[in-house]
Amino acid sequence: MNYETLLQNLIELDEKYIVLTAENRAAIRNLPAKIGNRFIDVGIAEQTMIGAAAGLALRGRTPIAHALAAFLTLRAFEFIRTDVGISGLPVKLVGGVAGFLSEANGPTHQAIEDISIMRGIPPMGIFCPADEEDMLIGLEKILESPQPFYIRYNNLPSAVTHSGHFAIGEAEMVVEGSDVCILVYGTLLREAVKAASVLASKGISTRILNLRTLKPIDSEAILGSINWCQLTVTLEDHFLTGGLFSIVAELLLRRKIKADIFPIALENRWFKPALLNDVLEFEGFTGAAIAEKIVNELYR
Amino acid sequence: MITSEQQREIAFRVREHCIRMATRGGCFIGASLSCADILVYLYTNFLDVFPDTLQDDDRDYLFLSKGHDVPALYGTLAELGFIDKNRLQNHLKTNDTIYWHPNMNVDGIEFYSGSLGHLLSVAIGVALDCKIRGTQNKIVVILGDGELNEGSIWEGLLVAQAYKLDNLIAVIDRNEFQANIRTEELIPLEPLTDKFRAFGWTVSTVNGHDFDNLHDVFSTLSFESGKPNVVIAHTVRGKGTPSIEARADRWFANFTEDEITQLLAELHGGRMAELTSETLIVR
Repeated sequence: MNYETLLQNLIELDEKYIVLTAENRAAIRNLPAKIGNRFIDVGIAEQTMIGAAAGLALRGRTPIAHALAAFLTLRAFEFIRTDVGISGLPVKLVGGVAGFLSEANGPTHQAIEDISIMRGIPPMGIFCPADEEDMLIGLEKILESPQPFYIRYNNLPSAVTHSGHFAIGEAEMVVEGSDVCILVYGTLLREAVKAASVLASKGISTRILNLRTLKPIDSEAILGSINWCQLTVTLEDHFLTGGLFSIVAELLLRRKIKADIFPIALENRWFKPALLNDVLEFEGFTGAAIAEKIVNELYR
Repeated sequence: MITSEQQREIAFRVREHCIRMATRGGCFIGASLSCADILVYLYTNFLDVFPDTLQDDDRDYLFLSKGHDVPALYGTLAELGFIDKNRLQNHLKTNDTIYWHPNMNVDGIEFYSGSLGHLLSVAIGVALDCKIRGTQNKIVVILGDGELNEGSIWEGLLVAQAYKLDNLIAVIDRNEFQANIRTEELIPLEPLTDKFRAFGWTVSTVNGHDFDNLHDVFSTLSFESGKPNVVIAHTVRGKGTPSIEARADRWFANFTEDEITQLLAELHGGRMAELTSETLIVR
């Protein structure tokens, strides 16, 4: 099973689903032949795609709209905010190559403020699966939800064996641990797991929470982990501003809780364009580099 | 069938409503008066949509993309029984949702608007769905001529012709003004007919204040198979009140109660109103 096959199955079962793309077919290349006129490619016209998605939703459809995350969330931002946000229509936005997944494309293609801007739209949910398996586990519930959702598409091989249980707003406890807690979403889960094994070799016990949905966020799982562990790390391929670190900071302020939080994110600059592993190496986001930063923070 | 005389009477009352909304906060009066006749015509003689069929999947749709002229739509919907006429007195009040731009809490208003360049694409989505389902709905979207500055309009024109949306009708309220300046003096649009034709649309032109002409054009709309339609409606900003027409470079007006009384008298054939209010420029 892959993303495309799952979509095809859902579309065949339920006539409300309809697929749109702004000529970004990487994830849905075989769908046109299979779903016929329920596949609509508007060409390189993200604004029109979002407006049309709202129109289709007015007719009772649940449109699933695809584009590269940077162009989807930025070029069409005001259409998302105005036509989807104000109406609250169940339009599902699927952003490709978000975060480090844009690899060597360069800063034009780097969606590393997508979480920040999407979560500022009142009814918009955000789903950031760690890999393809995680995405497929959650997808049906995300699509079925009556609210609009932004999906940070991710088709990487499984980082871990995931829990098949999925609920919107529930994090997945990937590894239990008690010294350090890593809060993570998306592509970097696999690096968090590698970091945990490096830390284990140094006698440091690490808990990892795969957050899955960043909005709604699993506040209780986060607060429970912060309470349980000595240090909490927020790990993300996103600008420091407005992403997970901000979400956690807002949560702690709101609950009047003081905690030791260590953010690992992109600080105020775009990342070095290169192939994924080289990006991780260069930017200090490999498991080993993350473990080293955490050790330094613990013993500074 | 409704006569053009009856339509003129309805449009006259719609204009009265618009003028009454141009005080205690005001409204975009000029654009409202320019599209009042078009809206009255479409709702009384062209669109298959009525207060009791508003939820029907096979109804016709009207999307007001140039949302700032919504007083004319409120007035039309009130005159035709979609909403209670008393609600018009709630204009700009917090106890209702009758404000400066369209919203879906008003029966008959199909979608939010106000940000220009949006509802062509929303109308395209509805038209696509009707095509997929094989239903016969007509989908009308009213665009301002100034609104044609927006790039998203030209995206939409391309997409609509690519998908052969011959169930889609764009009506251009061609009052020849942007917010503050004549279109041809700021971002010239002419030759507009040629532009739409080049984009693969069927183009008609009409006098947007002449009900007989509106009827001639809309009843014989070619609905050329496989081509979306555009009707360029030539209109006058402030139509019906010469003293507002004369100040057409001002697009948002907040008049005093006295001025409203004068404007209503003018609409009824009296002498031109003496307008002294400072007019706000808001976008």
